Amino acid sequence: MSDEQGGHQPGFAGTDPLMQSVPPGQSLGTGWQVPGAFGTAGRGPKLLGGGGGRRATAISTISTVLVLAGLVAIFLLAPGSAQVRHTFFNPQDMWQSFIGNPRKGYYSIGIAIWLNIRMFLAAEVLILALALVIALIRQSISPVLFPLRVLAMIYVDFFRGVPLLLVIYAIGFGIPALRLPFVSYQSMAVYGVAALTLSYSAYVSEVYRAGLNSVPRSQVAAGRSLGLSQGTAMRYVILPQAVRNVIPPLLNDFISLQKDTALVGVLGAIEANNAAQIYASTTFNYSSFTVAAILFLILTIPLARFTDRLIDRDRRRRLAGVGR
Amino acid sequence: MSAPDPAASEFAAVGSAIRIEDLHKSFGANEVLKGISLDVAPHEVICLIGASGSGKSTLLRCINLLEPISSGRIWLLGQEATGEGVDPNRVRRQVGIVFQSFNLFPHMTVLRNVTLAPVKALHIPKPAAEQAARELLDRFGLIDKQDEYPDRLSGGQQQRVAIVRALAMQPQVMLLDEVTSALDPELVAEVLDVIRELASGGMTMLIATHEMGFARDIANRVCFLEEGRIIEEAPPAELFSNPSDDRTRRFLRRIVEAGRM
Repeated sequence: MSDEQGGHQPGFAGTDPLMQSVPPGQSLGTGWQVPGAFGTAGRGPKLLGGGGGRRATAISTISTVLVLAGLVAIFLLAPGSAQVRHTFFNPQDMWQSFIGNPRKGYYSIGIAIWLNIRMFLAAEVLILALALVIALIRQSISPVLFPLRVLAMIYVDFFRGVPLLLVIYAIGFGIPALRLPFVSYQSMAVYGVAALTLSYSAYVSEVYRAGLNSVPRSQVAAGRSLGLSQGTAMRYVILPQAVRNVIPPLLNDFISLQKDTALVGVLGAIEANNAAQIYASTTFNYSSFTVAAILFLILTIPLARFTDRLIDRDRRRRLAGVGR
Repeated sequence: MSAPDPAASEFAAVGSAIRIEDLHKSFGANEVLKGISLDVAPHEVICLIGASGSGKSTLLRCINLLEPISSGRIWLLGQEATGEGVDPNRVRRQVGIVFQSFNLFPHMTVLRNVTLAPVKALHIPKPAAEQAARELLDRFGLIDKQDEYPDRLSGGQQQRVAIVRALAMQPQVMLLDEVTSALDPELVAEVLDVIRELASGGMTMLIATHEMGFARDIANRVCFLEEGRIIEEAPPAELFSNPSDDRTRRFLRRIVEAGRM
């Protein structure tokens, strides 16, 4: 099976020269990284250490095992190892913090993570919509929209510049203090979602904008020359191509968003990180943080792998000569 | 040149498919078109020849209103396209343009490429638009490609789809901008055949081209452009065998030396 490794991937044979002309890590035009020598994504062509077939597989297996074994050995042989294992990796505490015990005053992290998931899902939808509006305003050319363009620019500058944590504090403590009807009487999770949406929309609007700029002007000309109005051309010709071009960076931002939901804990919402904190301060054992970390990993890793696959597929399509 | 009498040109425009009067176009300080005047009769095929940068493409893009003009006037089918308050989208729906680089929509199938504008701009019901599109695709030998995406087609097929896409709007005039220049030599013929068929069907066309043999075959008139001006215009037999202007002669000699005629 391994002897036809070299031959059965005609797509890769053709892509190699191009890959070599692009330095690892350099952008291939649309703004995300080309997997290079390190961190080669999934099934992409390996620039270093590839090509040896069975022998290469054996070597990489052995070196992986050795490195891991070395790290574990250092961890186990460290003078404070027993203490660290007890404080951070105690199975008993991990299980207790996972299932929670209201009578002893701490919450289940397993249930609390559900709040992170809900905040993430709500924020994601809102961000996709708000960021698109901001990007379209910033890309508009009509003189009538000039004041809106200035506002959008200020918005992006502001929320990209202010730390997310401060935005969460400002919304979570500021809005209730205003004592407005309805808006001042929401749960902390709602303010958290609002803060995440405000902050991330600034970033994501720039991702959209990069996508809009990546669509060749000739596509606009083709659409307009057929008599499509500006709006129709944007909706059916430009936007679908723009979004397709930026799906990997969009997903990247959402991986980041998934774990930033933990920051909402500072408002007192019982999400995973806060539940872990409460467990640790109740029992003086930090294994709960390990549980929270594992749960976040379980959430983010599938999305990360999915993103890699999309990037990979996209690169192959691009190098097959589609985008001109 | 004496100042044209507006009423007279208005009158003359009625009979023309395209009438261009003293068209100027500048990109910044760079004047690309320096006073082009041209009349295209209905069913006439005119080829624009000239070196790259002579203004052929810009002229076609101006007629389609893809480029705002600096001065001058353009009439299409007796109506002034450059007038105040003219909806450029309505003008463009009557004028098909095909580009050198095809510019198909890569995220749509061939069929959707062809039906998008009829459905979204002319508001033709989708089934009717698809029916019409299939008939056109069939006529140009592309019916078995209707569900393919553009990247699965050869350059020649893509360019034929681009022509069909423009035809689906039932334009009165077609502008072809060096439509074979990006093609491998063996794919040029299939596209030229499509254009020949359009010409024999009576389509009014303005064709910018480097294919001199083709221009000689198909054109009723050939215009030689240099530095944003029409230097010479004549029926092809006359212009190619007995050009009256020195610059035309020099251009044609270079073409012959390059082995392209």
